[in-house]
Amino acid sequence: MNRNTLRRYTSRGWLGLMYALTVLALIPLGLVLWFTIAKGLPSVIHPEFFFNAELPPCEPSCPPVLQAGVSHAIAGTAIMVGLASLMAIPVGILGGIYLAEYGVAARWTSWVRLAADVLVGTPSIAIGLFIYAFLVVPFHHFSGYSGAVALAVLMLPIVVRTTEGAVSLIPNGLRESGLALGIPRWRVSLQLILPAAAPGVITGALLSVARAGGETAPLLFTAFGAHILVLNPDQPMQALPMTVFRYALLPYKSLQAQAWGAALVLIVLVLAINLVSRWVLRRQIALAGQL
Amino acid sequence: MATAVDAKPAAAAVAHRPGDGFRTVVGIVASFVPAALVLIVLTLLQQAAPAIRQFGPGFLSGTEWNPVTDTFGALPAIFGTVATAFMSLALALPVGVAVAVILAEPGHTNLRGFVGTGIELLAAIPSVVYGIWALYVLAPWTYAHIEVPVSERITFVGWFGDPAVRGLFTAALVLAVMILPTLTAISRDVIKAVPRGMKENAIALGATWWETTWRVILPSARAGIFGATILALGRALGETIAVTMVIGNAYQIPHSIFQPAYTLASVIANEFTEATGTIYPAALVELGLVLILVTLVVNMVALLLVHSISREARLTA
Repeated sequence: MNRNTLRRYTSRGWLGLMYALTVLALIPLGLVLWFTIAKGLPSVIHPEFFFNAELPPCEPSCPPVLQAGVSHAIAGTAIMVGLASLMAIPVGILGGIYLAEYGVAARWTSWVRLAADVLVGTPSIAIGLFIYAFLVVPFHHFSGYSGAVALAVLMLPIVVRTTEGAVSLIPNGLRESGLALGIPRWRVSLQLILPAAAPGVITGALLSVARAGGETAPLLFTAFGAHILVLNPDQPMQALPMTVFRYALLPYKSLQAQAWGAALVLIVLVLAINLVSRWVLRRQIALAGQL
Repeated sequence: MATAVDAKPAAAAVAHRPGDGFRTVVGIVASFVPAALVLIVLTLLQQAAPAIRQFGPGFLSGTEWNPVTDTFGALPAIFGTVATAFMSLALALPVGVAVAVILAEPGHTNLRGFVGTGIELLAAIPSVVYGIWALYVLAPWTYAHIEVPVSERITFVGWFGDPAVRGLFTAALVLAVMILPTLTAISRDVIKAVPRGMKENAIALGATWWETTWRVILPSARAGIFGATILALGRALGETIAVTMVIGNAYQIPHSIFQPAYTLASVIANEFTEATGTIYPAALVELGLVLILVTLVVNMVALLLVHSISREARLTA
């Protein structure tokens, strides 16, 4: 065989291998989705799934369990993620504006940026330990509030970095025209730049919500979990990921089925938020093209 | 003369700006981020203090973990954490770089959009969902189809023996899937940042696609891919829930990669709510401290690498 032919075939072979590896990378996604649907759907379609699952026999005495459905977990996740969003999103947006608008020269911004990136990679279990020492120990009890703060710490760096990215995409002309009209700097940032960057900012906020909604580790020692519907965040609260984690490890078939169902609800929520945020982001890119 | 003219408006502007209050406010708000990071480390340090005082550096090399006798050593957990992380990297790196190379190629935008979306969704799936899937689907399958056949055939090295349903290998496999998106996304950006001229020159010299990729593109993206790898390592070290569900929770340094083990994060997740007394919880927090300090260093190294790459790319572009 000609040497060049060999080189061409070698090249094709490697290209084929790389495509094969790409397909291989997508297989786990398909498998996770397929099994979650196949095993979760049979539980989810029963109305008892949400309110009254069959309880296993427990000994020597049962905890005061009124319901093992997942409605209390969904409510807990909604309340805690909602509270966390109220804390993390406004703070994160202002932080992101600081990085994007004042970040060119200042040295402090590069430290903030590095801290945000490091915080994104910080193990979430460590954030749980931190909030335990910071909010659970002083108040002597687990609570939904402490869970929400733990989730907020997790969300904050994501919101900061995505807001920075979206705001710095806005062309300088818009800033300069605002300033040339005599609008103060803060109004330029908040009323001119921020609305223009809104789709990107919303994308970041949604992604952080999806991330917080799926987190288990920071809630284990803060929100702790509950067996009943709790609407007061001053009490221990259940969350969907904790339901999956705790029930999946129990030896009772009925609760394992609940865990699969909860996993399905969780994955549907998280992926829905992700797809919506991608759609919003596409509008941002189209918008930025027009500016 | 010119300087006088220039100086005047500047001075006027400064006088006209009575201290940029907005800048101060957003600056303070942004400082919450580094403040949180420092506070986390200091709080863990303070909480771990009783254990640090009692065990000293011997904590890191101790192999026993016994709450009854208050004997605590971190070595098996450190071993499990490092072993699962590096095994998952070894599994994920070739796949991640291959996907990144494919994604960075021009053309076939629909196909690449599909693959890219898929990889990003992989990153979006919550850890606990990977955990339940790994526990009930992946672990039994790998036990029957990988671990048992391998351990039967490869008997001359000890660390492929004694398969168990839950163990290091299964945990590493799940971790590999979970860190793949980090690896791929950053590697793709780094590969895309390689100046087009280099690729075009190689093609003009008659190099095939593979020769261009292997000898030109990947070597110039090497440092960035290394950064992506270290960043993924940081993720793998800190991952808690999915690993806790499949690693088998045995506080030992296993003699085989198929044996159950434990990681720093899993010990904390499993035991912290039940820990009583002062030394036991403090020892668990010290595990968390070890974990966070290691991931901090790993992440900073990775970020500095990746940032220096992107700065270089901006300069050469």
